[in-house]
Amino acid sequence: MIRPAAFLCGALFGLGLVVSDMANPARVLAFLDVSDAWDPSLALVMLGALIPSGAAYLWIRARGTPLLAASLHIPTLRIIDRRLVIGAAIFGLGWGLAGVCPGPAIALLGTGQPFAIIFATAMIAGVLLHGLIHRPTTTTGQP
Amino acid sequence: MTLSHLAWYWPLAGGAMIGTAAGAYLLLLGRVAGISGLLARTLGMPGDGGRSSAALFLAGLALASGLAMVARPIPLPALSANGAVVLVIAGLLVGYGTRLGAGCTSGHGVCGLGRASPRSVVATCVFMLVGMATATLVQIATGGPA
Repeated sequence: MIRPAAFLCGALFGLGLVVSDMANPARVLAFLDVSDAWDPSLALVMLGALIPSGAAYLWIRARGTPLLAASLHIPTLRIIDRRLVIGAAIFGLGWGLAGVCPGPAIALLGTGQPFAIIFATAMIAGVLLHGLIHRPTTTTGQP
Repeated sequence: MTLSHLAWYWPLAGGAMIGTAAGAYLLLLGRVAGISGLLARTLGMPGDGGRSSAALFLAGLALASGLAMVARPIPLPALSANGAVVLVIAGLLVGYGTRLGAGCTSGHGVCGLGRASPRSVVATCVFMLVGMATATLVQIATGGPA
């Protein structure tokens, strides 16, 4: 059950990216670029997403264990360190340049267009580069 | 590039789908559905399990959005040589930065804010502000996206 569930969750996520138009770099840039014709769509997406995501967290916290898997893997790190802030800033720089973050990058691969393939390849290279540089120093973990 | 107007309910509905997907992944599998984390896991990185689930999530994402984009195509910018260089730099920054900062728009923005993680609040503020500053400056400097 775990594998089909993972696939279906991903499928719903991908549909959401297209329905919200967040896979469209121009839509994202119209939110990030505040100089003219500001488009609030991205803020509405965050709002719409936070409600079910927050509800699921409250539910799992009360339950203790996931429905299908044996144990919960929620990040417990609470320290705000330089890595977190610098990493987020580097990500923000790349995001502001192209209007693409990791979810849309994967979604756009389906178009087969050079824009999508070049970005996703470079992004994967960036992930691998981080893996090489910061090898076994424990996991940076999830958020 | 001209951008069509998007009625407010599309982003709200799409956001609800994204949040439901991330929430269901947490509830069913007990893991955070941050795309940069899932990508690193798929590439075999954090090494604490969940690799096949991560790969299947991303496969579902790519397949479903690929099909949806047949019905609702997304116009992507044509690439000049300069544009391709900028795109490579942007992709490297996004890949490296999301791993260093341990999350992206979904991991910190949707999942982390959803559980009021202080790290995610800080990260989301930082990447939003830097993203806005970058996109706005590029727009002012070039009169159009790179």
